[in-house]
Amino acid sequence: MSTTAYAADRPEARKASGRPELTNATHEKPHRSFGTIIAPYLFVLPAFVIVFVFVVLAALNTFRLAFTDARLLVPGKFVGFDNFIKLFHDEYFLTALLNSTLYVICVVPFMVILPLILANLVKGNSKIMGFFRTAFYMPVVMSAVVVGMIWTNLLDSAGLVNSLLKAMKIISKPIPFLTDRWGVLFSSMFVTIWLGLGYYMVIYLTALANIDESLYEAAALDGAGPVRQFISVTMPGVRSTMMLIMMLSTIAAFRVFNEIYVLTNGSAGPGGMDMTMSMLIKREGTGIQARTGYASAISIVVLVIVGTLLIVQQIIQKRGED
Amino acid sequence: MSADIVKPNRHRKVTVGKVVQYVILLLMFLLLVGPFVWELSLSFKGKGDNVYAVPPYLFPKTPTIDNYLSVFRQVPVFHYMLNTLIVCVISIAGNVIFSTMAGYALGRLKWRGRGFVFALFMGTMVIPIEGVMISQFLIIRQLNLQNTLLAVALPGLCGAINILLMTNAFKSIPMELEEAAMVDGANLWQRFFHICVPQVKGTMTVVGIFAFVGAWNDFLWPLIAISDESKYTLTLGMNRLKGMFIQDPRLIAAGALVSLIPIIVFFCCFQRYFFRGLEQGGLKG
Repeated sequence: MSTTAYAADRPEARKASGRPELTNATHEKPHRSFGTIIAPYLFVLPAFVIVFVFVVLAALNTFRLAFTDARLLVPGKFVGFDNFIKLFHDEYFLTALLNSTLYVICVVPFMVILPLILANLVKGNSKIMGFFRTAFYMPVVMSAVVVGMIWTNLLDSAGLVNSLLKAMKIISKPIPFLTDRWGVLFSSMFVTIWLGLGYYMVIYLTALANIDESLYEAAALDGAGPVRQFISVTMPGVRSTMMLIMMLSTIAAFRVFNEIYVLTNGSAGPGGMDMTMSMLIKREGTGIQARTGYASAISIVVLVIVGTLLIVQQIIQKRGED
Repeated sequence: MSADIVKPNRHRKVTVGKVVQYVILLLMFLLLVGPFVWELSLSFKGKGDNVYAVPPYLFPKTPTIDNYLSVFRQVPVFHYMLNTLIVCVISIAGNVIFSTMAGYALGRLKWRGRGFVFALFMGTMVIPIEGVMISQFLIIRQLNLQNTLLAVALPGLCGAINILLMTNAFKSIPMELEEAAMVDGANLWQRFFHICVPQVKGTMTVVGIFAFVGAWNDFLWPLIAISDESKYTLTLGMNRLKGMFIQDPRLIAAGALVSLIPIIVFFCCFQRYFFRGLEQGGLKG
C-alpha cells in the first residue's frame, strides 16, 4: 500500500518541485563545485600516499644513500662515487653481475620460445585442452620457496633425477646439481623456466586468439604443414607479444632471487659463487651491520640496468611499428 | 582435381601432427605435474621405505602420515598460515579499495594534475623492488613497524598495475550510464558507489585475487621486514623448515605439500579469474 503510494508520488513530486529545485541548485553551486573539485583528490589520495612514500621517496632515498657511507645505525656522510668505485673491485659484485647476466642469456630464449609452442599446442576450446592449460598454469600460483623445496628434493645427489638417470644407466656418478657452482646456477635456471612457462603461455594464448584464422587456412591451402604455419603465420602474428615477453622475462631473470636463495639455503652456493644482484643487495643491506649506502649503490646499478633494458625495448618496438 | 590430391594428404598430416601434439603435451604434463606426484609419494613413505632407491619407485611400501605429524609438531604451520592470512587480508583490502578509488578518479573524473599523477603511477611500475627495498626497510624502521605483519603488507598495499587495471575498467563504462544518474540528481559518491563500482566488480575480483597470490607467495620482502620467528609468514617458515630437515626429504615433501594445499584449492575455485586477469594485464602491457 505504502509502496504504491510512494511510487506514484515520485514523478509527481519531482515535477512539482522542478522549479524550486533549480533555484536550489544555483544556490548550492559554489558549495557543490567545491566538492567536485576536491573529490578526485580525495579518491586518489590513499593510493598516492602509498606509492609516493614506498616507491618515489624510497627511490630518491636510495639514490641519496648510494653516495654516502651510511650503515643501518649510522647516517653516514657524502662520499661521492666511492661506493661505485668499490663495487668494481668487489669480487662478489662482479660474480653477481656475471651470474645475473648469464641468467638472462640462458633463460630468456626458453621463456620466449617454449611457452609459444605450448600455447599453440593447448589452444582451442576442447575440454582436454582446458585441462592441459590449467595443469600447465598451476605452478605459476605456487611460491618459489615451496617449488624450490620440491626441486631440492628432486635434484639432490640421491634424489629422483639422479636415481632415474642412474637406473637408465646414463650416469654412474650423481650429477652435483646442488653442490657445484655451475650445477646450482643451471638448476636454478631450470626451476625459473619451469615456474614461468605457464604464465607466458597464457599471455601468448591471448595473442594467438587475435590471429585471423583465415591466415592458417590460406597457408594450409598453399600446402604449408604445421611447422611452416608456425613460422610464417604464428611467429609474425605474435611478434609484439614476443617482444613484451622478452622484456618481462629479461627483467625477471636479471632480478632472480627466490630460486637461488632456496636452492642454496641462502648461502649463494659454494663460496658464494652463485651470488646474484638481488641476493647481494639483500646480503649487504640487511642485518645489524648492514652497509645501507653500499647496498643502495648496488640497487642503483640494478635500476640503471633495468631502465636501460626498458628504453632499448621501447626503441626496438617503435622501430618495428614504423 | 588438385584439391582431391591435397585433401587426403592434408588429412594424414593432421593425424601425425595430432600424435606429436599429444606426445609433447603428455611429456610437458609429466614434467610440470610429475614433481608434485613424486613429492606426494615421498611424503607418505615411512621408515621402511628407501627414498633413495635406484631405480626409484612411486608407491610407498610402508605408508604413514608420521611425516605430516612431525612437520606440524616441529613447525607452527598453522601459526605461520595465520600470519600469512593476516598479511593477505590487509593486502587484498588495500589493493581493492585504494586502486578502485584511484581508478575512478583517473578513469572517470576530470581534475587538474590527473595526467601527472597517472604518469607517476605508471612510472613506478618499472622500478624493481630490489632497487628500493633497503630504503623501504629504513622507512618501515622510522615508522617503528619493523617485525610487524603490517610492515609486510604496507609497501605492496596499492600496486601500480592494479591502478592501471581499475582505471581502464572504469574508462570502459559508457558515459551515458553516469549521465543518466546525474540527471536523477545522484551525487558523486552515489554515482561511484551505486553506478560505477557494480560495473567493475569483475576487475576488482581480479585485483583481489592477484593481491592474495602475491601476498601468499612473497618471500624477499618478508625476509627483510621480519626477523622475529613468531611473525614469520608461511614462506619464511617453510624456508626455515627446509633448513631444519635438509637431511630428510620426506619431511620437506610433507611441508611443501601442506603449504601448497591452500593455494591449489584457491586456484581451482577462482581459475577463470586468473586467466582473465592475465589476459587483461597481458593485453595492456
